[in-house]
Amino acid sequence: MSTANVDLTDEMGHDDHGHHEQSFVSKYIFSTDHKTIAKQFLISGIIWAIIGGLLSVVFRLQLGFPNMDMAWLRPFLGEWINIDAATGMGKLDTEFYLALVTMHGTIMVFFVLTAGLSGTFSNFLIPLQIGARDMASGFMNMLSYWFFFLSSVIMFASFFISTGPASGSWVIYPPLSALPQSMSGAGLGMTLWLVAMALFIVSTLLGGINYIATIINLRTDGMSFTKMPLTIWAFFLTAIIGLLSFPVLLSAALLLILDRSFGTSFFLSEIYIGGEALPNMGGSPILFQHLFWFLGHPEVYIVLLPSLGITSEIIATNARKPIFGYRAMIGSMMGIAILSFVVWAHHMFVTGMNPFAGSIFMLLTLIIAVPSAIKAFNYITTLWKGNIIFTPAMMFSIGLVSFFISGGVTGIFLGNAALDIQLHDTYFVTAHFHLVMGSAAFFGMIAGVYHWFPKMFGRMMDRKLGYIHFWTSFIGIYLIFFPMHYIGIAGFPRRYYSFTNFDAFSTFTDLNAFISIAAIATFVAQLIFVFNFFYSIFKGRRATQNPWNSTTLEWTTPIEPGHGNWPGPIPKVYRWPYDLSKPGAKEDFIPQNVPFAETPESNLPHEQELAGLEGKEDNTIKVD
Amino acid sequence: MVTDLHIKEVPQKQLGINPKKFILWLFMVSIVMVFAALTSGFIVRQAEGNWIIYELPSQLWISTAILFASSLTAHWALKSAQKNNSLQTKLGLWVTLGLGLVFLSTQLWVWEILVQHDVYLVGNPGGSFLYVLMGVHAFHLISGLIYLMIMLVKSYRANEVSEIQFKLSLSTTYWHFLDGLWIYLYVFLIIYH
Repeated sequence: MSTANVDLTDEMGHDDHGHHEQSFVSKYIFSTDHKTIAKQFLISGIIWAIIGGLLSVVFRLQLGFPNMDMAWLRPFLGEWINIDAATGMGKLDTEFYLALVTMHGTIMVFFVLTAGLSGTFSNFLIPLQIGARDMASGFMNMLSYWFFFLSSVIMFASFFISTGPASGSWVIYPPLSALPQSMSGAGLGMTLWLVAMALFIVSTLLGGINYIATIINLRTDGMSFTKMPLTIWAFFLTAIIGLLSFPVLLSAALLLILDRSFGTSFFLSEIYIGGEALPNMGGSPILFQHLFWFLGHPEVYIVLLPSLGITSEIIATNARKPIFGYRAMIGSMMGIAILSFVVWAHHMFVTGMNPFAGSIFMLLTLIIAVPSAIKAFNYITTLWKGNIIFTPAMMFSIGLVSFFISGGVTGIFLGNAALDIQLHDTYFVTAHFHLVMGSAAFFGMIAGVYHWFPKMFGRMMDRKLGYIHFWTSFIGIYLIFFPMHYIGIAGFPRRYYSFTNFDAFSTFTDLNAFISIAAIATFVAQLIFVFNFFYSIFKGRRATQNPWNSTTLEWTTPIEPGHGNWPGPIPKVYRWPYDLSKPGAKEDFIPQNVPFAETPESNLPHEQELAGLEGKEDNTIKVD
Repeated sequence: MVTDLHIKEVPQKQLGINPKKFILWLFMVSIVMVFAALTSGFIVRQAEGNWIIYELPSQLWISTAILFASSLTAHWALKSAQKNNSLQTKLGLWVTLGLGLVFLSTQLWVWEILVQHDVYLVGNPGGSFLYVLMGVHAFHLISGLIYLMIMLVKSYRANEVSEIQFKLSLSTTYWHFLDGLWIYLYVFLIIYH
């Protein structure tokens, strides 16, 4: 008894998260609680996703219906819709079209799938799943969100300036981005883009440093690296990739800012603009591409890995089977993480690089297919003969696997330098990365929301709406991106305002219209999710403590965990997170905090030994 | 009750170094990546030719020596704090701070000499890179100086100077890192300029 008391006071002594009333501001706005910060990131991410989606709807209207009268958009877009004086027809401004494409890419890649995804789930799940009271530094965590918020405000503000937001595409290649006089979107809009991204990088680094420090240092007793859920492994590797690659983008941005505002020539050389020679000599625009893609390629995995981790967890839980190849999953994620740093130049096959260097990068790129295939096979083998429960989260996870495979296959085509020369900068590339990176990562994020919603808000999301959301999104996404491959193979380039100027592409008019209709329908379907999300926060069915019968630690907290997550001592961990449908066990799941000694009926021989239950009499002294 | 069954099955404490120290190390990793990007950009750009060649001002030896000395005094301040010697700690911090400022002014002096030799920020990237490397390092050094100033204020406020030894150890680690970073940059410049 006394031992128990000592334990309790010890825990309380360490815990300065005692119950105290907080003001509204410190509880919901400038909060240092990882759960609140996660929700802030999630809701910001949802808002950005709606904005990013709306932008794509506008440029899909242009691409699908080039003769359409867009005068009705004038109340929203104002001067960006040019009214033809003779016919009275409204046309989308050509430069604004480029701004739409640029902002759609920037918002989706960085603000939704980096901040919205990692920011939400790393923040929410890391302390809950490793058994920690909070992040290593709650203050840095709060700063991370508010830097992101400031960055968001600046990026959003760039929509409301007369020259429009940045329009040199999300990869901001110089010289277009380095010369304010090159196009209207390269002026103030580009400056705001760079400032916003610099703040965004600071936010990502603050967050990422915190995730790594928390995972390494604050794991509960027994939570060794080989007992960590795959979600945590994925967030861990994602944060490491971000820590190593985002500073490189910061350097590139710094040099670009110097070129833009201080007259240096890092990326500029021998340029005539408007018939006038610029003084800049000796710069190299290819250097920028190297620096950008050294971040840009790892960024693909920063976006994808968290979703793969979330999917591993959801598929195992809902197939009621241990994940197939737990260590192979960790190994392949590590392999992907390492390889992601040595393949950047496959984005640059057509920059006139040395063909020998090209073949090296091609080889390295194709090697990534190996760990990716291991992951895909492991998902399928986990599902194989599983006792599958089709929750909405599970549907979205399986959808992710589907996109990951069908988008990954075209990655093998594009990784080949010889094929890439034909396909480079066509809609084939757009189709490829929207499936494998965009849609797959997005599905992982949505799956995570459906799965952990009960833990976030103590209520369940509506299942039926979830199914409708899944089927419309899943079918819709294939209807959008599958036909795009054909347009790409035919050679139609990305980022072109109008394809009707070329006879060769006029046969694709119907297909483009079809894609646009599918895109708009898919966008509308997302509003079902938005409704379901906000409705369920207030009116959803009350959740039970462990609604999915899952094994990980977050489900041992109260239904709505307070400050400090566990009211009593932090649970200790005895087993790996995938003891699902263990032969002989009473139930089909055994949580991680259940000692082997309590489950003699299902222990394997070595676990029996761990528990001291080898049948040796001296080990099984009973104490009353 | 079967409590004793648990005897053999004790979950192990997991590795844990101080999270604050760990955060500092990760922060330094991100700074290393900034400079890794800049210096590898330097090499890649240089390999393309059209690159001005100039003598590195010999005054850089002076600034390097000053920064190295400041690293030693920072270490002395930390050791004194561990021995709870308040006077030596404060003196060490003041000297470190002073040497840091002298280093920065020496770097400015180097820039003046570069300008006299017609090497400018604007112009051939061969010159621009030198300014950027020195400038970004100086920016980080200023952050280190602010950190040391905070420590100096804390050393005056603390009842016992040994109370702040952990925080002081973080700031001196950062200072040593900035010193090491500069030595890396200088060696890099000597080899590649």
